Amino acid sequence: MSDKTWEPRIVGFFCNWCTYTAADLAGVSRMKYASNVRVIRLMCSGRVDPQFVLDALARGADGVLIGGCHPGDCHYAEGNYKCLRRHELLRRMLGDMGIEPERLRLEWISAAEGDKVKAVINDMVEKIKALGPLDLPGRFRKWDGELAEGAYAGTPAMPPLPVKEAADV
Amino acid sequence: MSKPKVAFYWCASCGGCEEAVVDLAEDILGVVEAVDIVLWPVAMDFKKHDVEAMPDKSIVATLLNGAIRSSEQEEMAHMLRRKSQYMIAYGACAATGGIPGLANQFPLQQLLKFVYEDGPSDANPEKTYPQTSHDDGGRRVTLPQLHEVVRTLDQVVDVDYYIPGCPPTPKLTAAAVAALLAGKLPPKGSVLGPDIALCDECPRKASKPTDLGFTKFERPHQKLMDPEKCFLAQGVVCMGPATRGGCEALCINGHMPCSGCFGATSRVRDQGAKILSSLAANLAAKEEQEIAAVLSGIPDPVGTFYRYGLPASLLRKKVPGEA
Repeated sequence: MSDKTWEPRIVGFFCNWCTYTAADLAGVSRMKYASNVRVIRLMCSGRVDPQFVLDALARGADGVLIGGCHPGDCHYAEGNYKCLRRHELLRRMLGDMGIEPERLRLEWISAAEGDKVKAVINDMVEKIKALGPLDLPGRFRKWDGELAEGAYAGTPAMPPLPVKEAADV
Repeated sequence: MSKPKVAFYWCASCGGCEEAVVDLAEDILGVVEAVDIVLWPVAMDFKKHDVEAMPDKSIVATLLNGAIRSSEQEEMAHMLRRKSQYMIAYGACAATGGIPGLANQFPLQQLLKFVYEDGPSDANPEKTYPQTSHDDGGRRVTLPQLHEVVRTLDQVVDVDYYIPGCPPTPKLTAAAVAALLAGKLPPKGSVLGPDIALCDECPRKASKPTDLGFTKFERPHQKLMDPEKCFLAQGVVCMGPATRGGCEALCINGHMPCSGCFGATSRVRDQGAKILSSLAANLAAKEEQEIAAVLSGIPDPVGTFYRYGLPASLLRKKVPGEA
């Protein structure tokens, strides 16, 4: 993939009750916005395990966008606060691991804010484009190039999270 | 009938795992009686070529401790893998990267520069660095190549079992050896220890509140800790909730919080992400600034949450900046 054709791949974890509904609204309202976000619907932003974020990056995402309900509006009362707190520490940790914290973004988007979905996604795509590709899978391959017999590619005891490999789209 | 052959080997490790084998005390006599040790560099005088001369799979089990960090360690891991029926990652370094794995926070050049130039105790005006090959008056001497990335054993060769801990306890070691000799091993890839978090066997379990509601984090040297109360309830980071039990809460009984050496349970892929998730979610604060202030009590999340497992983590190594 040459740099000219490179487009950021962003994984979106959207809360069922607000941001996912807002994305639906943006869709039925025929709003046009960047197509770089692959949306995964969760019941709550509080369900976003930091492992999901790291795994998305390790599998080739250039950024992760989490969408939740505005503070005070969580369907489960407290889930979005849990997400907010994890987000704070996770961003700091990403920075310590040499990954720009801007690659992880948390936004509160209510079910009525279809236009905000559009604005946030367009803005994030621009910012990730400016940062360039993260390409962790490529980095892992490059690192393993130093091994005389290559990396062991069998089934380690701690394999990646059991998710089907996404098609390279 | 000849006794089953066993090998012990060490890679990037401190020697503590070797101590753990010796800590079997009298039990080690039983082990020595039951098996033939064919390689144990720390204690016995067998050489690499002795093992190379043996047929493939003729060793029943190799217990290898230490992370894989050099071309020599990589070569030995492959050789012992070929010669052994079971390859066992012994201790935190072999299983998840261990303390040497923290080197994955730095580029190799930076580490070498510190060790050979900038270290306060260095006296190296000619800035001599170790070379992989050197000619000295017609004699050529060589050294292994240090790798850029510290790896777990299973990132280099196929591993059959893991014995966790920094170091593994004599009890777990003895149980693993007994299971091996009796042929009563769990499915391949298992960690030979309990598969439940440390909190389950923690003597302070009863004092862990349902809602922790952290308002402040402090480190052990910053406060007088209650010797009876759950560390988390005192605002001290304890890795217990994200760490496999089986050590019988050694550190807790020594009045120190768990630092996570047993790694995660089988349901968790990334130990650091999981404790981060648990601790952060349990803050009482709801405002961004207040949250950041409380979390500033954890000054080094990578070193705290991945103390023994950075190479096995999802991110593996710090991404080097454009330099």
